[in-house]
Amino acid sequence: MRDFSLHIMDIIENGLNGGATLIDLTVIEERKNNCLRITITDNGRGIPKDVLKKVLDPFYTTRVTRRVGLGLSLFREASKRCDGEFSIISDEGKGTQVDATFRLDHIDFPPMGDLASTMTTLIVGNPGVDFVYAHEVEGDTFQLDTRDIREELDGVEISHPQVVKYIGDTIRESLAELRKGGNKYNGQTNYR
Amino acid sequence: MAKLTIDDLKKIKERTHKDTALREGGATVKITVHMGTCGIAAGAREAMDALLEVMTETDREDIRIVTSGCMGMCSSEPNVTVETQGEEPVIYQHVDRNKMRQIFKRHVLLGEVQTDFALATG
Repeated sequence: MRDFSLHIMDIIENGLNGGATLIDLTVIEERKNNCLRITITDNGRGIPKDVLKKVLDPFYTTRVTRRVGLGLSLFREASKRCDGEFSIISDEGKGTQVDATFRLDHIDFPPMGDLASTMTTLIVGNPGVDFVYAHEVEGDTFQLDTRDIREELDGVEISHPQVVKYIGDTIRESLAELRKGGNKYNGQTNYR
Repeated sequence: MAKLTIDDLKKIKERTHKDTALREGGATVKITVHMGTCGIAAGAREAMDALLEVMTETDREDIRIVTSGCMGMCSSEPNVTVETQGEEPVIYQHVDRNKMRQIFKRHVLLGEVQTDFALATG
């Protein structure tokens, strides 16, 4: 995975495959704590306790189409590489939460990538699922909740190309503004 | 700060309501972008971006886009499946932005299967 936005999409896909109808993504960048925190919560069917111990093993997967499962392992490795902490908690029947931190000034800190594209891809590809996305940079927050958007659209589908384009553009602009507001660190986090 | 404003959404709603009302027939083409770990790492999201872009250029309202997981053919990712009603589904392999645009314009809109990038049918 080349950047955070791809990792995030991959981890969210896990939740979607687990039957989630609501996905919550929170990204917090704090320079004073030298920390990036990414938290992904879903309300899918959760992971049984005995399986939870194995999910970080690359050679464990529940799928039958291939015999390796890399998504969570890759994300944890990225976090470890950047002196971060990684945790996954899951309640069977309630959902799963993946939480990872990264040291902002670490030399292996990956670029943020295109989160707007990650969100639009998820929204279009999963019309029955709602997404809540909050991105905080130095105390300023951008927030998006597809449930609110659906309500406003009143019948027009959220996956309509014009709506999707609008959502993507808004995320891109908002993140650029958040970035302008906060101090840059090493010019590393680029939102394209 | 740029925000999702209710006004903007209302404008889009008014603009699109007419199209939506005409549809009713449901989807006749389904495009599946495979988004497993392998697909994502290989660039499936870029194919998706290109697809969303060309979608805004067409008035066709009977095209559905969905994502799905890995098919088990990780070495040929990114994979995209095009299913047209009444025809056999076609799976495309190694789809990048340009191939995605071509698949959309030639296969989805005009019905010409792009055999050069097809992995399999059925």
